[in-house]
Amino acid sequence: MSVRGIRVGRISVPWRPRHLVVVLAASLVALAVAVVSAGVGDFSIAPSRVLAVLVGGGERREELVILTIRLPRILVALLVGVALGVSGAVVQTTARNALASPDLLGITAGASVGAVAVIVLGGDGGTVSGLLDTVGVPAGALVGGLLAAALVLLIIRRTGSGGLQPILVGVGVSALLGGLVSWMMVEASINDAARANVWLTGSLNGRSWGELWPLLLVVLVCLPLLVPLSTRLGAIDLGADVARGLGVSMLRTQGALLVLAVLLASVTTAAAGPIAFVALVSPHLARLASGSSRPPLAASAAIGALLVVASDLVARTVLAPIQVPVGAITALVGAPFLLWLLIRTRREVRR
Amino acid sequence: MTDKTDTTVTPLLEAGAVSVRYGAATAVDAVDLRIEPGSLTSIIGPNGCGKSTLLRALGRLLAPDTGEVRLGGVPIGELPTREVARVLGILPQSPQAPDGLTVADLVARGRDPHRRWYDQWSRADEQVVAESLRRTGMSAFADRQLDSLSGGQRQRAWIAMALAQGTDILLLDEPTTFLDVVHQIDVLELVRELHLSGITVVMVLHDLSLAARYADRLVAMSAGRVVADGTPGEVLTRPILDRVFDLDCEIVPDARTGRPIVVPIGRARPEGASARAE
Repeated sequence: MSVRGIRVGRISVPWRPRHLVVVLAASLVALAVAVVSAGVGDFSIAPSRVLAVLVGGGERREELVILTIRLPRILVALLVGVALGVSGAVVQTTARNALASPDLLGITAGASVGAVAVIVLGGDGGTVSGLLDTVGVPAGALVGGLLAAALVLLIIRRTGSGGLQPILVGVGVSALLGGLVSWMMVEASINDAARANVWLTGSLNGRSWGELWPLLLVVLVCLPLLVPLSTRLGAIDLGADVARGLGVSMLRTQGALLVLAVLLASVTTAAAGPIAFVALVSPHLARLASGSSRPPLAASAAIGALLVVASDLVARTVLAPIQVPVGAITALVGAPFLLWLLIRTRREVRR
Repeated sequence: MTDKTDTTVTPLLEAGAVSVRYGAATAVDAVDLRIEPGSLTSIIGPNGCGKSTLLRALGRLLAPDTGEVRLGGVPIGELPTREVARVLGILPQSPQAPDGLTVADLVARGRDPHRRWYDQWSRADEQVVAESLRRTGMSAFADRQLDSLSGGQRQRAWIAMALAQGTDILLLDEPTTFLDVVHQIDVLELVRELHLSGITVVMVLHDLSLAARYADRLVAMSAGRVVADGTPGEVLTRPILDRVFDLDCEIVPDARTGRPIVVPIGRARPEGASARAE
């Protein structure tokens, strides 16, 4: 038998060395990129000095640049990547569709509507500030994401969830929600509209500790809740009937999985705008690298973090001193991947 | 071969006045059925007669609109679905595995109902999986991907998964669909072995002669109702087959087993002039 396991007391997991290697490798590279990224900018700092600052031994000027400006942005990038990777893997497996991801399904578009609504309608002509900014924007995004997900699910129940149906529904819902956003932008004051506009491309520019805390909170709540549920993903991946036969209460389990995935995707949208394609690409890369039949969650998280932090480094440096929104970089990488996936899926459907 | 210490359900499966409707159409119409522990039953009938729907209701994959399915005397919908999964296994018709799944990983899923979320691997589970692979003749294919196997091997892998579930009852929905005759026999011989080891089996089958050869009891359905129920000799008669299938046929005994063989001749009457219409 090739499958072996590790046991510590009453806790045990199957031993999958290749999965572990992928998780460790992706995490290490992501952290290395993060350290390099923290040193890059107008005020350049060598990676060794970055590490020195992180363990508390840097000069004041270095500390100021890294701890107040660059570190929160990089931590937001890593967390956004983790959340998007996990969310994408859960949605893809739960929907049993390789093309299902929170961005393609229109869930991040819903989160955008919620967040923009708070920015535009909540402000008093100026920029949203204080508590409304820290709590209101993420809360708006979570509500918007959940409502969009509910709408998408209602429609998919009627169209069926096979093949291209989910992303076609997502295209329709995204267009509708995009229209709502445009409408709100026209109504908004120039300051609010400008701010919302930058944010809508998916930007990590100027992220501070204020954006980090709600993101960290939601990730720290959702991930532990996902762990017990994730043990059902293997059965769900065999189809609804087989999963029910194996004792999975589908409605409850799928519902809980999707709610957590939607919350994760939505809170990333609140923190950094709709960063496209990471939730689609990370699980596929994780699955291919791990040689698995479905995307492992830990590997999807690590690869998601790597993708976002690396895209952010590119976004900051490629046209420096101009900063490209990170969402533009992930779209440039992710969109061709989606097209390749469409071609491959089409071939499988024919077979 | 498996631990059933934590289950209290006895393996008696019954349908009481079970009806299932799809919209206005009634797929299963007030069916009473009692599946005796240790029996091998085959449900037969023409396409659309409700036999798969009845099997799915028996396996709690769908809830009856009226009536109830009872497992060990308890309405199956009131039992925790995981608890049911330790007593009753069900394989839907032509299940689809995801690309790249290995046979061993598929069969290991059968242990899911017995595992806690924090306890996802044990040596005992591994032995059950190995034993299930051995009994289904799939040991040599453990590390192969499902999509690289023939239809018959794939079906045996799915049965190995159901076997690893360690249930007393196994429901199989057309386990021989899309298989050539040798692989049909392979699968049914395997089902018979499982039955002889004490597992209660209910299967939906299309091939009447094979159903007669392997099952102890045939349940013939037509238009959502059970129209005949008994031994193969009692059910496979010309009047019943005329009524159930509109089939004119000859019935000859198998020289080796004594079980009836159905030799189809043709339609009993022109299409549309159905004897089934009531």
